[in-house]
Amino acid sequence: MAESQVTQYSPKDFKSDQEVRWCPGCGDHAVLSAIQKALSELGIPKEKFAFISGIGCSSRFPYYMNTYGFHGIHGRASAIASGVKTANPELSVWQITGDGDALAIGGNHFIHVIRRNIDINIILFNNEIYGLTKGQYSPTSNKGLVTKTSPFGTVEEPFSVGELVIGSKGKFFARTVDGNIALSTQIYIEAAKHKGTSVVEVLQNCVIFNDGIHDVVTEKEVRDDRTIILKHGQPMIFGKGNSHGLILDGLKLKVVKIGEDGITEKSLLVHDAHESNPGIQYMLANMKYPEYPVALGVIRAVPGSTYETAVEEQIKGVQAGSRIKCMDDLLNSGSVWEVK
Amino acid sequence: MGKKSQVIEKDEVVIRFSGDSGDGMQLTGTLFSDTAALYGNDLSTFPDYPAEIRAPQGTVGGVSGFTVHLGHSEINTPGDYADVLVAMNPAAIKANVRWINQGSTIIYDKDNFSEKNIEKAGYKEDPIKEEKLEDYNIIAAPISSMVKEALKDFGLDPKSVLRTKNMFALGMVYWLFDRKLKYTEDYFEKKFHKKPEVGEANKIALRTGYYYAETIEALTPVRINPAPIAKGKYRNICGNAATAWGFLAAAEKAGLRLFIGSYPITPATGILEELSARKDLGVKSFQAEDEIAGICTALGASFAGNLAVTSTSGPGLALKSEAIGLAVMAELPIVIVNVQRGGPSTGLPTKTEQADLMQALYGRNGECPVVVIAASTPSDCFHYAFEAARIALEHMTPVLLLTDGYLANGSEPWRVPKMSELPEIKPPFAKRDDQPYLPYQRDDKRMVRSWAIPGTKGLEHRIGGLEKTIKGTVSYVPENHEHMVRLREEKVDKVAEKVPDLKVYGKESGDLLVVGWGGSYGHLITSVRELQSEGYEVSLVNFNYIKPFPKNVREIFKKFRKIVVCEINLGQFADYLRMNFQEFIYLQINKVQGLPFTVKEIKEKCIKILEDK
Repeated sequence: MAESQVTQYSPKDFKSDQEVRWCPGCGDHAVLSAIQKALSELGIPKEKFAFISGIGCSSRFPYYMNTYGFHGIHGRASAIASGVKTANPELSVWQITGDGDALAIGGNHFIHVIRRNIDINIILFNNEIYGLTKGQYSPTSNKGLVTKTSPFGTVEEPFSVGELVIGSKGKFFARTVDGNIALSTQIYIEAAKHKGTSVVEVLQNCVIFNDGIHDVVTEKEVRDDRTIILKHGQPMIFGKGNSHGLILDGLKLKVVKIGEDGITEKSLLVHDAHESNPGIQYMLANMKYPEYPVALGVIRAVPGSTYETAVEEQIKGVQAGSRIKCMDDLLNSGSVWEVK
Repeated sequence: MGKKSQVIEKDEVVIRFSGDSGDGMQLTGTLFSDTAALYGNDLSTFPDYPAEIRAPQGTVGGVSGFTVHLGHSEINTPGDYADVLVAMNPAAIKANVRWINQGSTIIYDKDNFSEKNIEKAGYKEDPIKEEKLEDYNIIAAPISSMVKEALKDFGLDPKSVLRTKNMFALGMVYWLFDRKLKYTEDYFEKKFHKKPEVGEANKIALRTGYYYAETIEALTPVRINPAPIAKGKYRNICGNAATAWGFLAAAEKAGLRLFIGSYPITPATGILEELSARKDLGVKSFQAEDEIAGICTALGASFAGNLAVTSTSGPGLALKSEAIGLAVMAELPIVIVNVQRGGPSTGLPTKTEQADLMQALYGRNGECPVVVIAASTPSDCFHYAFEAARIALEHMTPVLLLTDGYLANGSEPWRVPKMSELPEIKPPFAKRDDQPYLPYQRDDKRMVRSWAIPGTKGLEHRIGGLEKTIKGTVSYVPENHEHMVRLREEKVDKVAEKVPDLKVYGKESGDLLVVGWGGSYGHLITSVRELQSEGYEVSLVNFNYIKPFPKNVREIFKKFRKIVVCEINLGQFADYLRMNFQEFIYLQINKVQGLPFTVKEIKEKCIKILEDK
């Protein structure tokens, strides 16, 4: 069984011969590196990977991967990827998308792939701006953002990706930062291993049109105090020297300082990503600086049955009980008469 | 059963069952046509129902009809005008009076002709009088009270009792056409095996109607002898089912799994429903969130190596345009079925039209060629769906299959093929030793690229909507773009090698060549044969292959004095012919009423053209 023997890969085995054409300093470069690293650690044969994308800067991603790839049309990657995975559940299917591609033009497909829980990994590059069309606001741009199509500031509320995923009955949601390759690699591996639709929101920097949009939480000097990396089964602790934590105060989360008011590590909430009730996870996904640290890591990872498996099981079940085994059987079934 | 002293023999007859949308007219018509088919008649049927599920009871808008045309010889249309009208209420008279022959038989439920119902239908007095139908063969049957009486000790609730009215009417029609009740009785036994009392009630209503017709002696039974039909096994099939089965057959021949990604839309939904029921044959049916996701999931499945299809109607085709463009660029096999309906916009959802031809040929951005094929009868939807899939798979191209509401819902007996009679389908799969695999490298003969299926070791590659080189590298080089545009066009042109010659029905030359395409075939062939038998020098060609054309078009056209193009639109195919075969003059017969042609109007217009200098 030479076929099933898995080769040992290194990240460079997943690099294609195409020149990477993102802007120098773009966050996408780091995401590409982290995904190539994650893939090399998954133990899945290279020919089983399929990368599907829509339109936008990030959607050029498949060209840079030495795997099967399909660069689709704007907003439709979730639908194309759904077809690929349903047709061949053996493949490891990855959808590369951005905030405009997934949440504006592709919003409908995005919520429905999540609802169906098709086992694909959606990597959503969120730079809160339209890059490829050169700087218009997106569905995740903060209210008031001044862009080329909102010269006086936007007047619309942004989507929160995690909220939308959970609202769409999502079973897996994680968040990472483009430049944190170690954390990102770990998250991509967990997303790949999760059976069902996994959505990873990457806080990604657009160096040209929205530079520094995530700096307030990702800058080296402040990131420990302004983000919290959630780990399943671990207390919700963050800050330089693990100074702070999260507790439940009535129906809301509250930031507390360890050592003050009798707070110890034991007083803190323990992260449960596997809890199916999304209440706490929902609040964690929606935490915003400065009131809260921004949550990174796997926020929700709940097991559930997947669409493509259910389809195959249904087919097997029907086939077992049907007298129609081939087309000739069907053609001659029911009301057929013979003219002699 | 009953004695029949006198029976008239006839060659053909058209019967229209008509009533409120809740009266069960579709079932009544279907049961009658099945019985006729089993008896050996040739036939053609057409249902006609409102877009509203339950339009206000008793109104003309709520009338649902089912027409059966059966004959002792070949039948190609559901018939223009009915010889027998079964009207369950006054609105059914109103809706159908212009579609019945002079002096035809009208059977109606006189219990339902109350003042209120007469008024609802828009009449002031007795519809028979108001429409001046007194000289017709009018049978005013007390259908409602008869079924109430027949089933009074049966213990069924009054609503269920009245639901058997249609079977009483059917029983009358069976007696009138000298038919046996057995097939219909068997149907009820099977259908209601869990509710035998309902099955029994329907059977009683059926027999009561049959004996009632015999007793009143107002009708002379008519016999339509079996038609001389080629030997073989037959079944009734409608266009949507035949389309679905054509795809199933193609998948089996190609050894591929069938994937349908679709969104429900009238009148195409039947294809998705039929394939969703075929899990036993391994179909993966994906009811998508919208039309776009329908084709995009199918395209994803095609990329992954399935036989992929998506079904829709005009407005849905508009939504799929961009993804069809992607399929053209990616050069992936996919079949898009457009069951045409009245447009534009929502238009006439339940009515037929042929006005999406230009949309099918050109409704996309860029130079975006796809193969366009049209089916011409309910049963040949099987053949053309099979061929659409065969061409898509063997030529790595999207194929647009056009049917229409008339074909989709119409049905006719169909000689069931054996799978061994159908041609093999051999997709150009890339092999593992095709390394390095270049996704846009083509064979020299057909310009077809090879198909590398994800999961195959060593053939990893990227495709997509951006213009590319042979290697699959994104390219903005001007010459490369033009080269690729021309290659894609040439590839579709090469499909002509598979296209059979156009067939001339009638003499190879003459005064008038009637030209049709797709679903108007039945009415055109009937018209042309009648004209021929009346001594006119008229022939017919009906196109199934629209892009690319059959190779012998010019040869045929030049042998006729006049050419008239008949289509259910304002002249799209005529314009397309003008573009492609400019040396001919094309006259036109057009109709855009959501209805098929009638034989009468085609004949009249053709005769006028023949008489014009």
